[in-house]
Amino acid sequence: MYEDVEDLEFPDDVHATSTGISNEKLAMWVYLASDCLLFGGMISTYLIYKNRPAEVAGLAGSDKIPSEFFDIPFTSMTSFILLMSSLTMVLSVNAILRGDSKRMRLWLVSTAVLGGLFLGGQAYEFRIFVVDDGMGFTTNVASSAFFALTGLHGAHVLIGVIMLLSVVLLSFGRKMRAEAVEVVGLYWHFVDIVWVLIFTIVYLIP
Amino acid sequence: MAIIEDQRPLELITGQEIAPANPLGVFARPKATTGWRSWVSTVDHKKIGIMYGVASFFFLLVGGGEALLIRLQLAVPGNRLLSADLYNQVFTMHGVTMVFMVIMPLAAAFANYLLPLQIGARDVSFPRLNALSLWIWLFGAVFFNTSWLLGGGANGGWFNYAPNSGVVFSPGHGIDFYAVGLLIMGIGSTVSAINLTVTVLNMRAPGMTLMKMPVFTWMTFVTQILLVFALPVITVALLLLTFDRMFDANFFNAPMGGDPFLWQHLFWIFGHPEVYIMVLPAFGIVSEVIPVFSRKPIFGYPFMVGSGIAIGFMGFGVWAHHMFASGMGQMSILAFSLATMFIAVPTGVKILNWLATMYGGRIRFTTAMLFSVGLVGMFTIGGLSGVSHAFAPADTQQTDTYYIVAHFHYVLFGGALLGLFSGMYFWWPKMFGHFLGEKLGKWHFWMILIGFNLTFGPQHILGLQGMMRRTWTYTENQGFNTWNLVSTIGAFVIAVSLIVFMVNIGLSYRQHRRNPVNPGPDPWDARSLEWMIPSPTPEHNFDDPPVVEELDEFWHRKYGHDSNGRLVRIAKTEDVVQSGDATGVHLPSPSYWPMVIAAGLPLIGYGLIFSLWWAIPGVVLLIAGMYGWVMEPSTDPDAGHDHDDHEGHDDDPSAATALTDGGSAEGHESSDDTADGAAAMTTEGAPVG
Repeated sequence: MYEDVEDLEFPDDVHATSTGISNEKLAMWVYLASDCLLFGGMISTYLIYKNRPAEVAGLAGSDKIPSEFFDIPFTSMTSFILLMSSLTMVLSVNAILRGDSKRMRLWLVSTAVLGGLFLGGQAYEFRIFVVDDGMGFTTNVASSAFFALTGLHGAHVLIGVIMLLSVVLLSFGRKMRAEAVEVVGLYWHFVDIVWVLIFTIVYLIP
Repeated sequence: MAIIEDQRPLELITGQEIAPANPLGVFARPKATTGWRSWVSTVDHKKIGIMYGVASFFFLLVGGGEALLIRLQLAVPGNRLLSADLYNQVFTMHGVTMVFMVIMPLAAAFANYLLPLQIGARDVSFPRLNALSLWIWLFGAVFFNTSWLLGGGANGGWFNYAPNSGVVFSPGHGIDFYAVGLLIMGIGSTVSAINLTVTVLNMRAPGMTLMKMPVFTWMTFVTQILLVFALPVITVALLLLTFDRMFDANFFNAPMGGDPFLWQHLFWIFGHPEVYIMVLPAFGIVSEVIPVFSRKPIFGYPFMVGSGIAIGFMGFGVWAHHMFASGMGQMSILAFSLATMFIAVPTGVKILNWLATMYGGRIRFTTAMLFSVGLVGMFTIGGLSGVSHAFAPADTQQTDTYYIVAHFHYVLFGGALLGLFSGMYFWWPKMFGHFLGEKLGKWHFWMILIGFNLTFGPQHILGLQGMMRRTWTYTENQGFNTWNLVSTIGAFVIAVSLIVFMVNIGLSYRQHRRNPVNPGPDPWDARSLEWMIPSPTPEHNFDDPPVVEELDEFWHRKYGHDSNGRLVRIAKTEDVVQSGDATGVHLPSPSYWPMVIAAGLPLIGYGLIFSLWWAIPGVVLLIAGMYGWVMEPSTDPDAGHDHDDHEGHDDDPSAATALTDGGSAEGHESSDDTADGAAAMTTEGAPVG
């Protein structure tokens, strides 16, 4: 992620590029393409394992599988919160495009708060699974795959929140280039889209 | 990219001033242009490339030493030189070292050094990230090898199959070092791949469309794309393995239903593109060397590029041919068998195009050319044995035998490594301002070629006779004695050839020190842009970005066609090369922070393996490094815009016109500019003349 932090920073090479897209934005696109495969691998792993403890007889360990414990209304709500953060992200890019740093900060902080709410919801959900339902990371292959996948996504959201707040801090006393906000926005929207996939594949599809 | 108004470092919210030249009060802004400080703080793609090369050559000696141990152990039946456990460690470490610490970084050395030069750029798109990639890789590699001192190396084979890699079967720390070490190196490679991808897409000189890029640039570009998409998959596999081993997860825990196929698929989805990641850069090098020494343009350039792209695409669709013997089902085997046969087509296109490039050319057999021709021959053998195990029934017989070992050494040694050596002889004058000796170079080539075939040729026979791969020893009456001994002798011939190579480096350098003769910007009468600038490359690369009109732009500036369609020289080389004395060039400033960030990662690795206390200084370094990086502008505001690039180089402008030196390389005397007939301006001046 440090490359992203750098992106916020350095106006050194503002020469025209061959594609017309700035280096920083292109690098973010390439990174996101790479990240797709990271989530792809994790999602595949979950799909392979999600029912295995319940379906295969004679396995060691508990046969509790994550789908028994999903609280769809609750997760739908946190998913909605995360999706709305994409809206506030767009609004902040829009604000800085108009040169309005104040509103940009407002919307960035809103985005970060919404992302934080999502993370809080995930922590709450994890706590219920682990403490109340007795299904932890080490319980069986399905629970390991579930926590690894959603945890990886949570880590991405957390890094996104840090990036958003960094932009806010860096924006004091100077005007951010709109594209810096846009690049962070790319990452943020990507993380949202991945959640749409995870929510559908993991939670909704039985 | 964020701030438009100025390039001063950021202020804190408190309004506190940060001294621009001394971020965080820790490091003075590095200013050295010579000495070790200039190397550890550099963001210059050329120095970074050279460091990749030096470090990976060191690891070549490490991995080579391990290979000699393997061959010594197998030289005679019933040998007890190594214990069975140590043997497992040695061949695993040999494989991982050669793949991740020799071939890949050696290719990265060429990519870093040449890619910006070949596209006419000042540097890569993110110079400091480039330094970060180097240091992360290097520290990761050192971290991985420290496992020898901390309880033993990894012992699961380079593909480290589950569930053998679990704590139950591999309780030592070797596999931990494998998982964490490869994760660290993977971060470095990913950053580098993104950086170079953006460089190729965005930093091309005016007029250089994608289809005017040299083939080496194209192949490196394809390689970076492969890395971008293949590395995250092995990252997933390694993360799962790390979770299993360190946090008691169950991904590969067989009693819980952990699936050994999961690892195999994840590993080979990475592992097969990895093969092309290793070999495509060498293909690119060969595609530069052969046209220059045949004095012909590359035959079928669009097909060369297209076949490279096709190999890249198809490389993602053939991974399961590594798993024909795993029982994955008939349909899968059929599909992957067909796909594997198809991928031989673009590879064959490349081989034929190289042959067609040489056909009818005025060939100069310099050492670089010999290595390239060697690659064409040896890789063809490796490719053919590869096709032989695209057929699943045959492969079932060959799986896990020495036939496979022979095959992939013909591909990776006879393919990748010979190509990389070819590149060294070819670009050495550009990188260091003097030639590598041709006489010793030819000794090097012939010894390595003979030694290589002695080592790995017999392994085809051993494999077909049924000698299993990874076997620790064998008994006297299995019929493996003779060829194993031959193979061991061959390995030592290779070792001697590497010594010859090192002696060659030393002697060439000494001769250069005693009697410096600049080879001039274009010692081989070459075709691509990097030969337009003085040797060694000035720090700022190009005085002015070249405006590109054609493929092989530099060649076309030197040569044209007369009314009969014959090749004629239209300009003297010294008139078209740049003098290397630009002023007003603004280069990114050096920085210590990439190294600081990278140093944090191995500490976190030790923390994960031994005690989380170790991770604390690692995390501190990581965060401090990122903070320092952010606070430090990438170009030093105190540095003048007049860049002095003459320090430490002997590239004064007259060097550009100091033409061929004749003495320091014997290999290029044979041809001249009149090679193809009437020459308009051949009277003097061409560096090769």
